[in-house]
Amino acid sequence: MTDASSNTPRLTTSIIEPDPRTRRRNASERRFRAYGLAAIGTGIAALIFLVISIVSNGYTAFLQTYITIPVELSEQRLDPQGNRDPEEMARVTTFGYAPVLAMALQSHLIEQGIPMDGVNPRDLMAMISQEAPAQVRNLVLANPEIVGQTLDMEMLASGRIDGYFKGRVTLESAERDSNVSPAQLALAAAMAEAGLMDTRFNWAFITGPDASGQRPEAAGLGVAILGSLYMMIVVLALALPIGVAASIYLEEFAPKNRFTDIIEVNISNLAAVPSIVFGILGLAIFINFAGLPQSAPIVGGLVLTLMTLPTIIIATRASLRAVPPSIRDAALGLGASKMQSVFHHVLPLAMPGILTGTIIGLAQALGETAPLLLIGMVAFVREFPDAPPEGLFDPTSALPVQVFSWTQRADPAFVERASGATIVLLVFLVSMNLLAVMLRRRFERRW
Amino acid sequence: MNDMTTIERAVTTSEKKIDAKGVNVHYADTHAIKNVDVEIDDKTVTAFIGPSGCGKSTFLRCLNRMNDTIDICRVTGDILLDDEDIYHPKVDPVQLRAKVGMVFQKPNPFPKSIYDNVAYGPRIHGLAQNKADLDDIVEKSLRRAALWNEVKDRLDKPGTGLSGGQQQRLCIARAVATSPEVLLMDEPCSALDPIATAQVENLIDDLRSRFSVVIVTHSMAQASRISQKTAFFHLGELIEFGDTTQIFTNPVDPRTESYITGRIG
Amino acid sequence: MPLIWIIAIVLALGAVGYMLGRQRAMASAGGDIRRLHSLPVYYGTNVFLFSVVPALLVLCVWLMVQPSVIQSRVTEMIPESAATSAGELSLIMTDVRRVADGLDRAVGQGALTADEANNLRAEETNIRESLGAIGVALGSDVTPEVLSAAQRYRSLSSAGNLAMASAIIALSALGFAYAYLRTTRDFRARNTVEKAIMAILILASSIAVLTTVGIVLSMILETADFFELYDWRQFFFGTEWIPSFEGGSELGLLPLLWGTLYITIVALVVSVPVGLFAAIYLAEYAGPKTRSIAKPLIEVLAGIPTIVYGLFALITVGPMLRDYFAEPMGFGTSSSSVMTAGLVMGIMLIPFVSSLSDDIINAVPQSLRDGSYGLGATHSETIRQVILPAALPGIVGAILLAASRAIGETMIVVMGAGAAARLSLNPFEAMTTVTVKIVGQLTGDTDFSSPEALVAFALGLTLFVLTLGLNVLALYIVRKYREQYE
Repeated sequence: MTDASSNTPRLTTSIIEPDPRTRRRNASERRFRAYGLAAIGTGIAALIFLVISIVSNGYTAFLQTYITIPVELSEQRLDPQGNRDPEEMARVTTFGYAPVLAMALQSHLIEQGIPMDGVNPRDLMAMISQEAPAQVRNLVLANPEIVGQTLDMEMLASGRIDGYFKGRVTLESAERDSNVSPAQLALAAAMAEAGLMDTRFNWAFITGPDASGQRPEAAGLGVAILGSLYMMIVVLALALPIGVAASIYLEEFAPKNRFTDIIEVNISNLAAVPSIVFGILGLAIFINFAGLPQSAPIVGGLVLTLMTLPTIIIATRASLRAVPPSIRDAALGLGASKMQSVFHHVLPLAMPGILTGTIIGLAQALGETAPLLLIGMVAFVREFPDAPPEGLFDPTSALPVQVFSWTQRADPAFVERASGATIVLLVFLVSMNLLAVMLRRRFERRW
Repeated sequence: MNDMTTIERAVTTSEKKIDAKGVNVHYADTHAIKNVDVEIDDKTVTAFIGPSGCGKSTFLRCLNRMNDTIDICRVTGDILLDDEDIYHPKVDPVQLRAKVGMVFQKPNPFPKSIYDNVAYGPRIHGLAQNKADLDDIVEKSLRRAALWNEVKDRLDKPGTGLSGGQQQRLCIARAVATSPEVLLMDEPCSALDPIATAQVENLIDDLRSRFSVVIVTHSMAQASRISQKTAFFHLGELIEFGDTTQIFTNPVDPRTESYITGRIG
Repeated sequence: MPLIWIIAIVLALGAVGYMLGRQRAMASAGGDIRRLHSLPVYYGTNVFLFSVVPALLVLCVWLMVQPSVIQSRVTEMIPESAATSAGELSLIMTDVRRVADGLDRAVGQGALTADEANNLRAEETNIRESLGAIGVALGSDVTPEVLSAAQRYRSLSSAGNLAMASAIIALSALGFAYAYLRTTRDFRARNTVEKAIMAILILASSIAVLTTVGIVLSMILETADFFELYDWRQFFFGTEWIPSFEGGSELGLLPLLWGTLYITIVALVVSVPVGLFAAIYLAEYAGPKTRSIAKPLIEVLAGIPTIVYGLFALITVGPMLRDYFAEPMGFGTSSSSVMTAGLVMGIMLIPFVSSLSDDIINAVPQSLRDGSYGLGATHSETIRQVILPAALPGIVGAILLAASRAIGETMIVVMGAGAAARLSLNPFEAMTTVTVKIVGQLTGDTDFSSPEALVAFALGLTLFVLTLGLNVLALYIVRKYREQYE
C-alpha cells in the first residue's frame, strides 16, 4: 500500500484518449480564455461606441445652413443723415437692421413666387439667425459706401432651421416646439429647392468666437482654440525646462539623503493628486493671493504646468536612465566635468525620449478641464485675446471648457456644437500622440 | 478492472518507458537538438550530462512538452511514451505532464502554504476523493521527499519560507504527489549546498523503485553516483549513451573521454 | 514700462555680458585659449548668469509682492462706513481695480489724457458712462471714494512699476559689472558656472515640494477660516447638504461622501473584472500580434480626456440608461445617476486597471509558471491558482490607485451624476459627489468670506487626504510586491 499509484485511481493511462476530467478541465480552460477575450472586446467596443456617439452627434457642427438673398441696404434706414460717416451710422443698432433683412426676405420670396402659407412676417424673421443683423451691420460699418446698393447677402439660418436640414428637427418635433412651426420648415424646404438656402462647410465654427445661448448657429471655437494654444505655450515654456532641470538633478547629481527622498515621494504623489485640487491651488495662490486675473491663459498655463511636471519628470528620468553609464564614463575619462558629461553627452541622447514625454504631457494638459473651471475659464468670452505676452493676461476660454459650457446651455443645438468641439479636441490629441509615436519610432535606440 | 489492466501494462512495458527517435529541436534559426535517439527504461535513473548549452535541458523539456510554452520552439521526430507518440495532435499536454512530472533547477515553491504546495497537483488532477485522502497523499509525498519530519508542524506556513534544500525537496514532494510515471529533474541540485545535495541524491535513489527518473546534471560525480544509464550530449548531438559504469570507465567516443577527464566543458 | 521690455533689457544685458566676458577672458590670456583656466564659453556664461538670474528672481518676487502692498495701501482709503464686512470690502476693491483698468484703457485709447484721468471728479463726470463708451462695463455708478481710490491705485501702480523697472535694470547692471570685473585668466569660471547651474537644478526640483506645500497651505488656511464660521462636527457628521447664500446653510459632508463612494464602487465593479481579465488575456494568452493591436487600443481609453467621457455620459449613456432601464423598471426618470457616472467612469478606468495588472502579471517569475505546467496544470489553472495569488498584492495596489482616481474624478460626475445631495441606495437616482460640489461652490462670482464658498476648501482638503492616503497605501503595497520578486 505504499505504492503511490495504488491510492490514485486513474481511469485511463492513455495520453491520446482524454479522460472525462481532462475534458471538463479543458472546457473550463476555454471558458476562462473566452472571458479574457470578452473583456478585451468590452474595452474595444466601449471605445468604438464612444467614438461613434461623439462623431455622429458632432459632425454636423462642421456644416451650417446659410440663406442667400439680395438685400437692399436702404439709405433711409441705415444712414438717416446720409453722410456715410461711420460714427453716425453706428447709432443705428442691430434692431434697426432686422427689419431691413425681414423686408428683403419677404419681397424676395414674393418675387420668386414661393408661397408663405401660415408664416407671418415675425415667423419669417425668426428663420434668420439673430446673429445676421449684427453681421450685416458690421459689414456696412466697415464699408459705408455700400449703403444704398442692393447686394447678395449671405446670412446664417436660425438654429432650428439649420437643425431641420441636419435631421435634428423634423415636422413632428416642430409640432411640439414653440420655437419653430411646421409651416416654417415647409417654407425652408421650398427655399432650399429654389436655391436660397444651402448647407455647407462651416469655417466659422473653427475660427469664430462663441455666441450667446439664443444663437447656437453662430457659436464658434476660435477664442477657445486660441486660449488653449496660449496655455500650451505657457506649459511648454515652463514645464519643459523645469522638468528637465529637475530630472537631471534627481537622476544625475542628487545625493541620497532626506531632501531628495522627500522630492521623490512628492513627485510620485503629485502625479496622483486629483486635478481639481490643482484648480483649488490655482484659485487660492495665483488668483486670490498673487492677484492674477481670472479666466486668463497665464493662470491656466501655470496650473497645467504644475500638473504636467510629474509626467515630464517621470518620462525624462526614464530616458536619462536609459543612456548607458558607459557614455558618462567615456566623457569623464576624457577629463570632462560631471556637468559637461551630462549636458554634452547624456542629455542629447535622452532628448527624443524627453520630447515624447513632453508631448504626451501636453496632450494631457490640453484635455484637462476641472482645474480650469475653478480659475474662471467658464466665463462667456467673445473677444479674441491680444497676441502674447499681453494676451496671456486677457480672458479667454479653453477647448475642453468650451465643451462643458456648451453642454450647460438649454438649446439642444448646443449638443451638436459640444460634440463638434470634442471632435476638434480629439483631432488635436490624436495628432499630438501620433507625433509622439513617430518620434519614438524614429529615434528608438536599443543599447 | 481498470487497475488490473494498469498493472498489466506496467509489467509488459517495464523495460522501455520512453523511446525517442530522430528528435530535432529548432529555436527560431538555431538548431538546438540534432537528431537524437534515446531510450529511457522504467525504474531506472538516466542521467544527461554534457557541457553548458549542449542541449541536455532542452531535450529534457521535450519529454513532457514543456517547450510548448516557448513560442519560437519547434520539435520534430518521434517521442513515444508507452508506445504513444506524445507529439500526436490529439495528445493533451496537460494529461501528458500529469504522467511525466518535472522538478526544476531553481526551487520554485508557489507562494502558498506547504500543504497547498503539495496538494496542488492532486487537487487539479482530482486524485483525492476527500480531505482525508488528500491529507494522506500530502503526508506520503512529504515523507517520500524526506521532508515530513521537518515540516509536519508547520504545514500551513508558506513554502517560500523554507531553506533552499527544503524548498527543493518540497518541489520534489509536489511532483511526487501527482504520482507521475516518469520524473524529469533539471539540475535539481545546482542551487543547493552539499548537505542538501546529498539528501536530494538519496531521495532520487529511493524514488527509482517507483518511477523512471531522468536527471540532467552538471556534475559527473553526481551522475556516476546515482544513475544507471548515462547520455552524453555535446553541441546538440547525443554523442554516447549507455550504462553509466561503461560511460565513465570505458567511453567509446573520444569526446566523451575528453569531457569526463575534464578537457572539454 | 511694460514687463516684456524689462525682461528684454535684462536679457539683452546678459547677451552683451556673454560676449564681453568672453572677449575679456580671451584678452587676458593674450588670445591663447590654453592659458585660460576654463573654456571661454564659461567666462561669457558667468557674466550672463550674474546679469540675468538675480534680476529675474527679484522681478518675480516683486511681481508677487507689489499687488498686495498696493492693495493694502489703497484699502486704507476706503472708509469703514462703506465696507462693513470683508466681503463688501473685496467687492469694492474689485470695483476699484476695474475703474483703474478702465482709466488705463481710456488713456491708452486717447479718450482721456493722463492728467485728465488723474483729476477726474466723480461729482462732475459720469465715469460709468464715459468708460462704458470705450468698452469697460461697470456694474454700478462710481462713488467718489472708489474713484479716488482708483486714482490712488493707478498712481501707486505706476510708481511701483517705475521703481521696479529701475531696480531690476540696476541690479542686472550691477551683476554684469561684478562678474565682468572678476573675469581674468585665472578665474575659475567653469566651477562658478557649474555651481550656478547646480543651484538652478536644485531649485527646479524643489518646485514639486513647493507645489505640495502650496496645495496643503492654501487648503489648510482656508479650511481653518471655514471651521471658524461653521462647526466642524456639523460638517463631518451632517447628513444634509443645503447651501443657501443668504446664510443658515446645512453643509454636511456625508451625502457627498456617500455619492462619491457609491459611484466609485460602481466604477470599480465595471473596471476591475474587465480590466483584470483583459490584462490576463494580454499577458498570458494573446500572441504578439493580437497584443500589439489590442493593448494600444485599450490604452487609447486612458488618453481620452475626462470631458469627453462626461459628454458621452451626458448625451448617450445617461439617456440610454434612463430609457431602457430606469424608466421601464420604475427606478426613476433621471438621466444623470450614479449608474451613468459609475458606468462611464468604469470604462475610463479599464486601461488603468489593465495596464497596471499587465505589468504586475508579467513580473511574476516564469519559474512559477513552469512549476505549475510541470505538474500538469492547465493554463487557466496556473493563472487562477498560482499567478493571481502571487500577483495579488500588486493587483490590490492597482485597484486602490484606480479607486483614488475615481474618487478624485470631476468632469464625469459633474456631467453624469447630477447635483442633488442624497443618501439613497437607488443607483438610478441622481446623486452628487465631493468634486461636483467643489466645482459648484467655487465657480461663478464667489464671496470668499462666506462659509458656502469656503466649504469648498474643506471639501478639497478631505479629497486630498483621501486620495493621498489611498495612493501612499497603494504605492507601498506595489513596492513591497516588487521587492518580493527582485
